[in-house]
Amino acid sequence: MRNALRLALLGITAVGLGTLACAPQEPVKSVVKDTKDRKHAPEFELKDVNGKVVHLADYKGKVVLLDFWATWCGPCGIEIPWFVEFQRKYKDRGLEVVGISMDDDGWKAITPFVGEHKINYRVLLGDDKTGDLYGGVEALPTTFVVDREGRVASVHVGLASKKDFEDAIEQLLQTPAAPVSAGTPDHRGA
Amino acid sequence: MAPTLKVEPVPTVKAKKGGETTVTLKATLPAGYHANSNKPSEAYLIPLTLKWTAGPLQLDGITYPKPEMEKYSFSEKPLSVVTGEFAITTKFKVPADAQNGPAAQTGTLRYQACDNKACYPPKSVPVNITVSVE
Repeated sequence: MRNALRLALLGITAVGLGTLACAPQEPVKSVVKDTKDRKHAPEFELKDVNGKVVHLADYKGKVVLLDFWATWCGPCGIEIPWFVEFQRKYKDRGLEVVGISMDDDGWKAITPFVGEHKINYRVLLGDDKTGDLYGGVEALPTTFVVDREGRVASVHVGLASKKDFEDAIEQLLQTPAAPVSAGTPDHRGA
Repeated sequence: MAPTLKVEPVPTVKAKKGGETTVTLKATLPAGYHANSNKPSEAYLIPLTLKWTAGPLQLDGITYPKPEMEKYSFSEKPLSVVTGEFAITTKFKVPADAQNGPAAQTGTLRYQACDNKACYPPKSVPVNITVSVE
């Protein structure tokens, strides 16, 4: 009788474990939108510190982390060292970080900050027009992660999670760049 | 959404020639937001600043609200901020040769606000008071 009970309990345990093993895994929640839900990131024309005009199209084929920030923004200062790290870590795989500063004081404020924080990616001087193109950027930081096809794959408003950025970058970098068609000028790279 | 600092209208200020007068501005930030105080704890932060630009009165000093030291998720150290309702007091001297009658005293109140995760561009609120010089 005791053995029969033991066997029954073992059976129940085995069925339970089997059920767990076969249970569908909870999908990891991604911050990256499905490709069908992504919209093209608006084109912009802004200048860098050297006065060079930069367009988003210059980065075609790259994954772009587009960070709207300002020197007076505390939460931006938390994220910027992450972006410096990402630029170093993922540049060779096709990531470009681009900072769009919304400082009213322009390069006078930005240049010392860039040096102090050892920013290793391109910084552009933003304006309200560009902010409006991107849905009226008011809260800083606001960061758009753009896929290799120039579509917005994720948007992060306010201080976000480093892991969310990194997961998005890793996921988007896994998609190979589309081949550049013959005769199309290649403006890639900063 | 960017918060708006509301400044209460100030009743007409009576000013005697050759004397002194005080103007108190009462301002309110919505709950959940803070603005840097007049003396922020970090050099990169934009201070709360009242500037009087025109009018019959002569500036004699501004007293800003006592800041609170608050810790936020984006700051390692507590920050010197103002929240909720606060007052800014300005002392004026009334020139002996000021013209009699009502006149406008104008200025701007500049602030830069944040919540716990994001910051918003600095804004300037116009300040207009009516001064009755006697």
